[in-house]
Amino acid sequence: MKPNFQNSANNPPETTAGSTGIFTDMRVIVPLQGVVQGGGSGVVLGSIIPCALFYFLQLYLKSKNRTGDDPSAPPPPQLPEISPPGGELQRAQSVRSIWSPRGANGQAQVSSRGSSVIKHPDSPYHLGLKRASENPYDESRNPDGIIQLGLDENKLSMDLVQDWLMVHTKCSTICQELQINGITAYHPFDGLSELKMAVSGFMSQVMEGRVFFDPSHMILTSGVTPAIEMLVFCLADVGNAFLVPSPYSPDLDRDIKWRTGVEIIPVPCRSSDNFSLSTTSLNRAYNKAKKRGLKVQGVIISNPSNPVGNLLSQETLYNLLDFATEKNLHIIATEILAGAGDDKNQEFVSMAEIIDSEEYDRKRVHIIYGLSKDVSLPGFRVGVIYSSNQNILQASKKLARFSSISSVSQRLLISMFNDSRFVGEFIRTNRERVERMSSLFVGGLKNLGIKSMKSSRGSYCWADMSGFIRPYSEKGELELWEKFLNVAKMNVTPGSCCHCIEPGWFRFCFTGLTENQIPLVMERIQKVL
Amino acid sequence: MTQTGPRRLHNSGMEDESRDQSPSSSTGMRLIVPLQGIVQGRGGLILGSVIPCAMFYFLQFYLKRRRSPPNPPEHHTSSPPSPAPSSSNLTELSRSASRSNLLMSRGSIGRPHVSSRVHCIAKSNDSPYYIGLDKVSADPYDSFSNPNGVIQLGLAENRLTLDLIENWIAEKLNDSILGGGLSVSGIATYQPFDGMPELKVAMAGFMSQVMGRTVTFDPSQIVLTSGATSAIEILCFALADQGNAFLIPAPYYPGFDRDMKWRTGVELIPVHCRSSDNFTLSIPVLDQAFNQARKRGQKVKGILLSNPSNPVGNLMTRETLFSLLDFAREKNIHIISDELFAASTFGDEEFVSMAEIIDSEDTDKDRVHIVYGLSKDLALPGFRVGVIYSYNENVLTVSRKMTRFSPVSAPTQRIVTSMLSDTTFIKDFTERNRERLRAMYDLFVEGLEELGIGCTKSSGGLYCWCDMSGLIRPYNEKGELDLWDKLLNVAKINITPGSSCHCIEPGWFRCCFTTLDEKDIPVVIERIRSVVETCKSPS
Repeated sequence: MKPNFQNSANNPPETTAGSTGIFTDMRVIVPLQGVVQGGGSGVVLGSIIPCALFYFLQLYLKSKNRTGDDPSAPPPPQLPEISPPGGELQRAQSVRSIWSPRGANGQAQVSSRGSSVIKHPDSPYHLGLKRASENPYDESRNPDGIIQLGLDENKLSMDLVQDWLMVHTKCSTICQELQINGITAYHPFDGLSELKMAVSGFMSQVMEGRVFFDPSHMILTSGVTPAIEMLVFCLADVGNAFLVPSPYSPDLDRDIKWRTGVEIIPVPCRSSDNFSLSTTSLNRAYNKAKKRGLKVQGVIISNPSNPVGNLLSQETLYNLLDFATEKNLHIIATEILAGAGDDKNQEFVSMAEIIDSEEYDRKRVHIIYGLSKDVSLPGFRVGVIYSSNQNILQASKKLARFSSISSVSQRLLISMFNDSRFVGEFIRTNRERVERMSSLFVGGLKNLGIKSMKSSRGSYCWADMSGFIRPYSEKGELELWEKFLNVAKMNVTPGSCCHCIEPGWFRFCFTGLTENQIPLVMERIQKVL
Repeated sequence: MTQTGPRRLHNSGMEDESRDQSPSSSTGMRLIVPLQGIVQGRGGLILGSVIPCAMFYFLQFYLKRRRSPPNPPEHHTSSPPSPAPSSSNLTELSRSASRSNLLMSRGSIGRPHVSSRVHCIAKSNDSPYYIGLDKVSADPYDSFSNPNGVIQLGLAENRLTLDLIENWIAEKLNDSILGGGLSVSGIATYQPFDGMPELKVAMAGFMSQVMGRTVTFDPSQIVLTSGATSAIEILCFALADQGNAFLIPAPYYPGFDRDMKWRTGVELIPVHCRSSDNFTLSIPVLDQAFNQARKRGQKVKGILLSNPSNPVGNLMTRETLFSLLDFAREKNIHIISDELFAASTFGDEEFVSMAEIIDSEDTDKDRVHIVYGLSKDLALPGFRVGVIYSYNENVLTVSRKMTRFSPVSAPTQRIVTSMLSDTTFIKDFTERNRERLRAMYDLFVEGLEELGIGCTKSSGGLYCWCDMSGLIRPYNEKGELDLWDKLLNVAKINITPGSSCHCIEPGWFRCCFTTLDEKDIPVVIERIRSVVETCKSPS
């Protein structure tokens, strides 16, 4: 204690002189101490005074910053031509760079959310997509190009759509009952009611008639991405969080976080459980988020799961609903792939079915649907929000102004969906083809000694390559991914992009291929292994 | 201070100890003043002042963070009341208010909670602008099938040149979507979110043709979005953070309130222009608004201007644009120039694009962003094609990435590409469009003048800005809305009242005349006359 004292008083000889002397001494050195030591109010005063001083300092700096701009402002306008602007800018720069770290250069600044989007690094998923689109494989023209296995796109049934469009395009857009007015004029932002009817019919058809979708509960958006974003906008505020079972779609991070300011909390699923969702892990993730002080607003699931491709069983869905009810959460169910592929062993169960039959609160379930995968029309950009919550519907209807679908596409789709013969045949043929492709691809992988998850639907397979990575970590996984991209010239999606907790898993999208390309793909994979 | 200090210390109750032993006295003190222990250590002077400061700083920081989320709703709730009380007489308005009340209460009782921003949006009381639009779409006028319907003069939509578009589409549609050697994979597969390169080239050509004159537009600076609405929102996201503000010359397009504020959390600060200046923007007023915003602690990130102005229809002169640029440079803010009506000009004045101004400057290109679209100038609002044209590489990067949320559908892109590439069609179209606009404008304004209603001299846009202040009583927003209500419900005409456009003077209305047929004009004028006469009779 004594040393303490001596240190504080930078005047050691005097400390030994006498107690009273010491006090005066200290007071001289530590300016506030005199005041602090007085009376019982010492504690209060001792903390308030520096704070107040600091506050005034801030105030002073702020006002200086402001006035620093103003007085120097008038001159430039009077000075003509080019040279003053430069000088002006530099001045602005110097003022800003001192007080705000963002104003590094005096140029017009992008918002901080904007710059976070710029800085947001491209994940291997996006890098791979970019590389593949720059140098795409083509059998005759570019045989050394990169084969695209990273983009979830169904090209298998493109010919059907093409044939249909060849015949019907003109008629469906213009002749059809109305004149040109119908396509050029303003139309409701949330989609034409005819298209809503048609889509609801199509969705029921995909679900094999087990569910009826009410067109008035539907909002159409230009793609699934804006649909998800819009729901998130409606359900959560900045800083709130959603639980998402991982591995999840590599796009979800951008879709949800960029503009809404919402957080994602992954709920890790493991290969030992077949990557299925368990309530215990949900609970654990929820509690962890709570502990971090995050407010959890809901759960986002994809069914069939992207990237794993498995279906959520009826039981899982019930458990999920119980969990949501207990914690008072929303559920966003993306059922984009419901129509693709077929499986005799397991039936696809839509959230809409469960909600229909059970006593659960319909208001907390929101379904997202899209035509990108099921009808293989991603270029048309049509997404659907289906909800029974009037609040959400009303708000989404208003927000649809930011992402409404072009009337041309709507007209085309209306007549396409109304052609029920075509739709029926399309669904059947498409399923057959996806299934065939899937068995071919999975078989090919098996021959190479690669196991993949038994995927029920979806246009991809989730393969376990953990035996081929060294070290057994994310680093090893990314090294393998790089080898795939640079040596084997094929773009696949590594599990780490999907926030998979176990290294060594990869997603292969095979519906962009043709059947005769499969041997080539297998050859290239083998080259790396 | 040196003398009072010790005396106070004697009172502190620890005096005995402190007198006995100097070291222990320091312990006593440390007990009393929590920070003293540290203060007395080495570097006491610095630590003693830094620590409370740091704590205080964090407290401020914490308070700010805690305060910021509830802030925007506060603003939103404070803004709706302004239309609400004045419009409480109107049946529609009060009904929609009660509906939203109901909604609110249901939201708070019903278990699953939605976000507070959704409340703002669901609750945002529809302005007369939207109520009018809804009313028309529920009961649209048609000279044969529904002669008692509501006539639409509230929507800036151009139907004067529909026949031209129709002819073109009838001829070229199939080729443009599927033809040109491209298979369906060109339209059905994933396309770049920010638009196909071909369309960008065609768009740049079109923009150079209609608004460039001396400037050419560079396709690499173009980002395509699904409509100008999302173009503006994306720019807003890219340029401003939550709580920042944009200056906007008022009266302004009523949709901006939704486009700019809803999801971005950005504020709009109206810069009021007056009829005495012919509603032109003056820099001192702008400066005043800027300083006031500053004083309130708001960070102004830019100016949003529409040129040709919507709803007034006047053009900005070259001098105004130059001084605006100077102003932006001086304050280090951005300029978003909404030039949606660039080719829909019909007056003697010449339209000057911001691109032309910035082209002659060497610096500051990166603070100018132009919004364009095909909804007005090519009369294709249903196609939903909007354009961001920026000189700022960062803004372009952000915008390109954000177009994932509002891409243009591929078949549409194909049609538009071949339409825009057909330069003879475009030339013919824009010329005839201008002629028809001029003719329609003259007819309509003449009709209004007969009724004693004057309009500002406008040279662009699909509307005219009329002064009905002589017909409203009382002379305030309430009188204006009364007249609007009469026109809507009695005369069955939907026009946009100035208050929806945040006009500071009551009694101004925006009438869009391009949805009409020439033969509809007498009907419209007759309908307005019926209301005008009832207004005039008491006086």
